[in-house]
Amino acid sequence: MLNVSVYRYNPDVDSAPRMQDYQVDTGGKDLMVLDVMELLKAQDPTLVFRRSCREGVCGSDGLNINGKNGLACVTPLSECVRNNRLVLRPLPGLPVIRDLVIDMGQFYAQYEKIQPWLINDTPAPAIERLQSPEEREKLDGLYECILCACCSTACPSFWWNPDKFIGPAGLLQAYRFLADSRDTAAEERLAELDDPFSVFRCHSIQNCVAVCPKELNPTRAIGHIRTLLLRSGT
Amino acid sequence: MGVKPVTSLGRSGLSDWLIQRVSAVVIAVYVLVMVGYLAVHPDLSYLQWAALHQQFWVRLLTLATVLAIAAHAWIGVWAVLTDYVTVRLMGAKATVLRIALELATIALILAYVVWAIEILWGA
Ligand code: SF4
Ligand code: SF4
Ligand code: FES
Repeated sequence: MLNVSVYRYNPDVDSAPRMQDYQVDTGGKDLMVLDVMELLKAQDPTLVFRRSCREGVCGSDGLNINGKNGLACVTPLSECVRNNRLVLRPLPGLPVIRDLVIDMGQFYAQYEKIQPWLINDTPAPAIERLQSPEEREKLDGLYECILCACCSTACPSFWWNPDKFIGPAGLLQAYRFLADSRDTAAEERLAELDDPFSVFRCHSIQNCVAVCPKELNPTRAIGHIRTLLLRSGT
Repeated sequence: MGVKPVTSLGRSGLSDWLIQRVSAVVIAVYVLVMVGYLAVHPDLSYLQWAALHQQFWVRLLTLATVLAIAAHAWIGVWAVLTDYVTVRLMGAKATVLRIALELATIALILAYVVWAIEILWGA
């Protein structure tokens, strides 16, 4: 039997959050954390969490698993369980709506700030805007982000200033559009980032890199943005 | 919309970031020069030490270092204060407290700079 401790909070009923203990029969298998949560849900239908694809694609089940952010559906027990104990908490730093479900509003607001779409006012070609294979390659390691928020909610700078610091996820996407050969708004994009908070609150601690389930590297992207700012600003 | 703080030194993240790096280099050079000088003069007398600091280039380097420390300290303290002494973490009183701490920091840094200049170029 696996001991599982889960963060519970229903603001309609509870005055404060609490940890609730469960025991789960894993049948001795190396299940994914999400499988264990489904077993918990069968035991206790009041438990609430988000999930959809169950294969690391949708980004909806980001959780703090035994102290480390990750996607429940692609985290096997063997990777996170110590002393037969699994502790599940919501991603830290954002308001809890209920149990393991957080309000991602601030996270999306930061994402929206970087204008996550192609900006190009030149006349559209008849079929599509072409890229060379080399130009396309520059987007590798950037476009794969599923916006699960594991990185931004592991970042102390985002915890302290979630309204001012864009955070690793948003900045990875900011660079994704700065690096796109089809985008013509680099100057305007950089001008929006040149304040002491949006980019420069990053102190390169690399918590974001340590937790990204897609093995992306926001710190490197942030370094590239800094270089671009340096080039355009000096 | 970018974020527009009024109390950051260079008013831009890039300039603060650059000042922080350049000032760190200046401070490091000064420490290396002084430690190096002390290392090759193990039996240093007061007169030798005073003579070193009479030299124009040493005074200039000292002044540059004092100014570097002043800028470095301000940017660093400002970043810490805007991380932790915030309305988000402490409620409404944070703004007043942060401004007070910022003013105290500025006063302290200014006092040190004036004092250092007086030591270097005073009578
Ligand atoms: S960078 Fe990685 S951790 Fe961050 S939101 Fe994207 S996929 Fe998730
Ligand atoms: S490297 Fe930057 S963005 Fe990543 S966790 Fe650290 S401060 Fe946050
Ligand atoms: S359920 Fe879709 S990423 Fe885990």
